[in-house]
Amino acid sequence: MSRLALACSRSDRTTGLVNNPAQHGRAGGLGRIDGRNLAMQFDTKNGLVVALECLDIHIKSGEFLALLGPSGCGKSTLLNMIAGILKPSTGILTIDDKPVEKPNPGCGIVFQHHSLFPWMSVIENVAFGPRMLGSGDPIAVARTFLGLVGLEKYEKAWPTSLSGGMQQRVGIARALATYPPVLLMDEPFGALDAQTRSIMQHELLKLWSQFNPTVVFVTHDIDEAIFLADRVVVMKTLPGGLKRDVPIDLPRPRDPSLVKSDVFNFYRGEIFELIREETLKSFVQRRK
Amino acid sequence: MLKLITRGHLNNWLWTFTGIAGFLAIWTAVSFEMGNAVLLPDPTAVVAGFFALLRDGTLLPDVGASMKRVLGGFAIASLIAVPLALLMALSRPIRLLLSPVITFLRPIPPIAWIPIAILWFGIGDPPSYFITAVAAFFPIFINSYAGGHSVRPEHLHAARSLGAGPQALFLRIYLPSAMPMISTGLRIGLGQSWMAVVTAELIAAHSGLGYMIQANRLALETGLVLVGMCVIGLLGAAMSMLLEVFERHVLVPWKFP
Repeated sequence: MSRLALACSRSDRTTGLVNNPAQHGRAGGLGRIDGRNLAMQFDTKNGLVVALECLDIHIKSGEFLALLGPSGCGKSTLLNMIAGILKPSTGILTIDDKPVEKPNPGCGIVFQHHSLFPWMSVIENVAFGPRMLGSGDPIAVARTFLGLVGLEKYEKAWPTSLSGGMQQRVGIARALATYPPVLLMDEPFGALDAQTRSIMQHELLKLWSQFNPTVVFVTHDIDEAIFLADRVVVMKTLPGGLKRDVPIDLPRPRDPSLVKSDVFNFYRGEIFELIREETLKSFVQRRK
Repeated sequence: MLKLITRGHLNNWLWTFTGIAGFLAIWTAVSFEMGNAVLLPDPTAVVAGFFALLRDGTLLPDVGASMKRVLGGFAIASLIAVPLALLMALSRPIRLLLSPVITFLRPIPPIAWIPIAILWFGIGDPPSYFITAVAAFFPIFINSYAGGHSVRPEHLHAARSLGAGPQALFLRIYLPSAMPMISTGLRIGLGQSWMAVVTAELIAAHSGLGYMIQANRLALETGLVLVGMCVIGLLGAAMSMLLEVFERHVLVPWKFP
């Protein structure tokens, strides 16, 4: 614990990014995420496991950020902290300068599995948020958002009768229906086939440019991260933390043909090397 | 032959009826072989006995008495077991408080409660309600308790991120998550209750199908004993099927899209 605190205070001195207005995007926009000295440890039978160590992260309002890294690098842990599902062991995490304490309507969440409530029809799933927040006509709001993801014909269906891609579209519609400033996505397309995945990425970008929430997108697919994000944060393993920030300077709107371009290839190569280093490191550590 | 098995509904019914017919044929053959109507009357004697009891008006009141006891005990058990199980699943102090008592009471079979039920409630309806309720309680309780634990964290997190408060979390997330297990518990509980009512009436009542079987045994009217048994079997199956329809359309419709 003391070693951790020491290390954290050291990194605090080296990073001077905190609350610098020039860092933030749209003036007055909501959904700005600031994490300082974040650490996460779990008590397990095999002793204390440090999942994340002194991590500073600053995400601008309306930014699309991808968290990328080998499995076990704590990317989901970080996402769950931002969502308020996990409380950081140390450090401060704020959204628009308010500390995050529990899951709240400021953050929409889309998971990889079990995203939808199976006991509610598709339209009731999407209407859930508006209903909870006291909207005058939750069903009408839900219809609008179902229309945006092209599933208005399926409003009466049970979620389990839809394909995986359709379920995730409903999940995204449901998360957006409360107009959250922040949208958190934990490998939302991880279980989809390559074709569906590519179409979903394209659709997600369209929705993002329409509503412009801050998006934190966890994935282990390099192409997906580059194609979607303004900035790819590569994470390191054991213990988890930030390894490198890679701003993606590709024009928008982005077309799926972009993945064949030279610039895309350059990013792909660079990020591939970063992740390879981390993966190898974790292999060596496991062998010891 | 293989084609016959795979071809549609008609063939499914054919197999079902063949099973029933085979059962009746074996029963008839055995009763002829034994040649003693007191030990085993043949099916036609049972059908004749059934109509005789219908005509003299004693069968329906007995069926009614047994049904009332089953449904009453089952309703009491459900109303106590489901809320109690969910409460224990969701609240650690209540779980710790009550689980020793439940663990201790659970292995006691409903039959073992009959003597004390007679002492407390006398003979007739009250002890029968008590026995059917005890029989239905544990299957309902145990399944509902497991149901209370089967909520997915993703659903809880998603609901909270969509603004759900404690009441909405319970009614719209916990309860429907538990519902498949609760309805399984109800189905098993109803079956147990139905079995227990016969036992209770054999000893602790002067009406009902169990009592009717007991009375006819003493009169060596084996045909009428079998009528009682067949009615119990048919009604039990019918009630279980009705509950299944209720489950499909009301309790967990999303499981049967």
